[in-house]
Amino acid sequence: MITEDIVQEEKKEYTTLNLGPTHPATHGIFQNVLTMDGEIIIDAVPTIGYIHRAFEKLAEHRPYNQITPITDRLNYCSSPINNMGWLMTVEKLIGCEIPKRAEYLRVIIMELSRIADHIVCNTVIAVDTGAMTGFLYLFQWRERIYEIFEEICGSRLTTNIGRIGGMERDFSQSTWLKIETFLKEFPAGLKEFGALVNRNRIFMDRTINCGAISADRALSYSFSGPNLRACGVDYDVRVMNPYSSYQDFDFNIPIGKAGDTYDRYMVRNDEMYQSLRIIRQAIDKMPKGNFHADLPDFYLPAKEDVYSKMEALIYHFKIVMGETDIPKGEVYHSVEAGNGELGFYLISDGGRAPFRLHMRRPCFIFYQGFTEMIKGRMLSDAILTLSSMNVIAGELDA
Amino acid sequence: MLADRLKAKFGDALIQSTKDFDFPVFEFQKSEIKNAIYYLKNSEGFNYLTTLCGSQFPEAEKSREYNVMYQLHNFTTNDRIRLKTFMPEEDLKLNTITDIYDAANWMEREAYDFFGFTFDGHPNMTRILNMAEMNYFPLRKQYPLEDMSRDDKNDKFFGR
Repeated sequence: MITEDIVQEEKKEYTTLNLGPTHPATHGIFQNVLTMDGEIIIDAVPTIGYIHRAFEKLAEHRPYNQITPITDRLNYCSSPINNMGWLMTVEKLIGCEIPKRAEYLRVIIMELSRIADHIVCNTVIAVDTGAMTGFLYLFQWRERIYEIFEEICGSRLTTNIGRIGGMERDFSQSTWLKIETFLKEFPAGLKEFGALVNRNRIFMDRTINCGAISADRALSYSFSGPNLRACGVDYDVRVMNPYSSYQDFDFNIPIGKAGDTYDRYMVRNDEMYQSLRIIRQAIDKMPKGNFHADLPDFYLPAKEDVYSKMEALIYHFKIVMGETDIPKGEVYHSVEAGNGELGFYLISDGGRAPFRLHMRRPCFIFYQGFTEMIKGRMLSDAILTLSSMNVIAGELDA
Repeated sequence: MLADRLKAKFGDALIQSTKDFDFPVFEFQKSEIKNAIYYLKNSEGFNYLTTLCGSQFPEAEKSREYNVMYQLHNFTTNDRIRLKTFMPEEDLKLNTITDIYDAANWMEREAYDFFGFTFDGHPNMTRILNMAEMNYFPLRKQYPLEDMSRDDKNDKFFGR
């Protein structure tokens, strides 16, 4: 027997909409084949891999210190955190203790890049809800952070900052000055942005309940970082498995409740203030000492020594040619990157390059939850959900 | 101790338990790995699948050439463990764990894409990062870094 409902159901036609691969609203190369009922999303099939560069294969052919630039290209909004994560993995493998000063310098750099990462994500959420002004206001602070990176390592976006065993150089006087100025002036800029957006009626109407996911589902999808914390799970690698002296600092983990776009936004917003707190403490407690470990097998000797001392020349040669011995073993190390737990699983067979390097990229893992988060919502919510998850194509596709 | 409980529960299926740096590592027989993960999630509180990946050891004996590694995390006690299973090239079939952790979906597809492991019961066992037409598994050690199927590259221009 055919009832009225079934007849209605059969008449209903779904539209297939190809969102991406290059769509101006998606900020990156993401393809989603959407099944639409009018403006409502019925189903979404994400296709990824458009910028796959085979990092895991590439890493098997490069000496350890040449893998740092590869990690730059994972989440390119916060390259320094990726660099540090990789360097700490290698340091864990070779069992090297690095001086407190180097760890504190790293913490400052990592927290600065976390701020830069969150600025990109939060301002883009604002842009997608129609607030261009805040984006322009806050982006000048990201520019300031890049100037600090430039001062430290010479480059801005893909930084290749730090070396195995510490930092490549200590911060210069002008770096300290720039960081101080940043710490003094940035909170006002962030507050101004917050005043424009945080309690904005339009913004709240657009983001509350948009792309919500429960804590249980988020855990099942192995969410991490701000996306998981927005669901109310206080998982932060910096606290759970402290690395690089994070146990020395006093900071809070902001968490949300509903796991929707608004909570993700607010968690990131609050994390920026916490990062500022950490940087302040790191500067105040900055220990004296060397900025790198005494690790001649891996840490390049000073250039003037290479030209005048035999031993330095030998080490320089050995490091550049990748001929130093490295212990065999398997090691996993993870750091709290801009958008979650970035882990490196490294198998070393003692050779010049890793035998196998697997990167746990947070984006790759939590982007699976995207389909579930946008089902039954409007198309414009899907765009907003995507930008609030902060999916970075470089990290997604590796 | 977790190792003792696993030994009591799984007997000989738990081949060995070691510690690698700060990670307890448990090696299971391939047929029991899914049961072990199910048990660890539901009875031991390992509620979070950190990562999953394959690897290949061409130098090892034939029965231990391929390996799949699972990393689990218990948020309550903050314990992390690694589970492993080894298999020969002729038998790269495993049971999917997508019904235990949703996150395993793409990770298993990645393992298939890179090494050719197939996961029984997986909802969509296709390549994920590489193109569907690819006819080899690029992370296996016998394949060189550069794509062999290309004929538009002249070695002369690369100094070779």
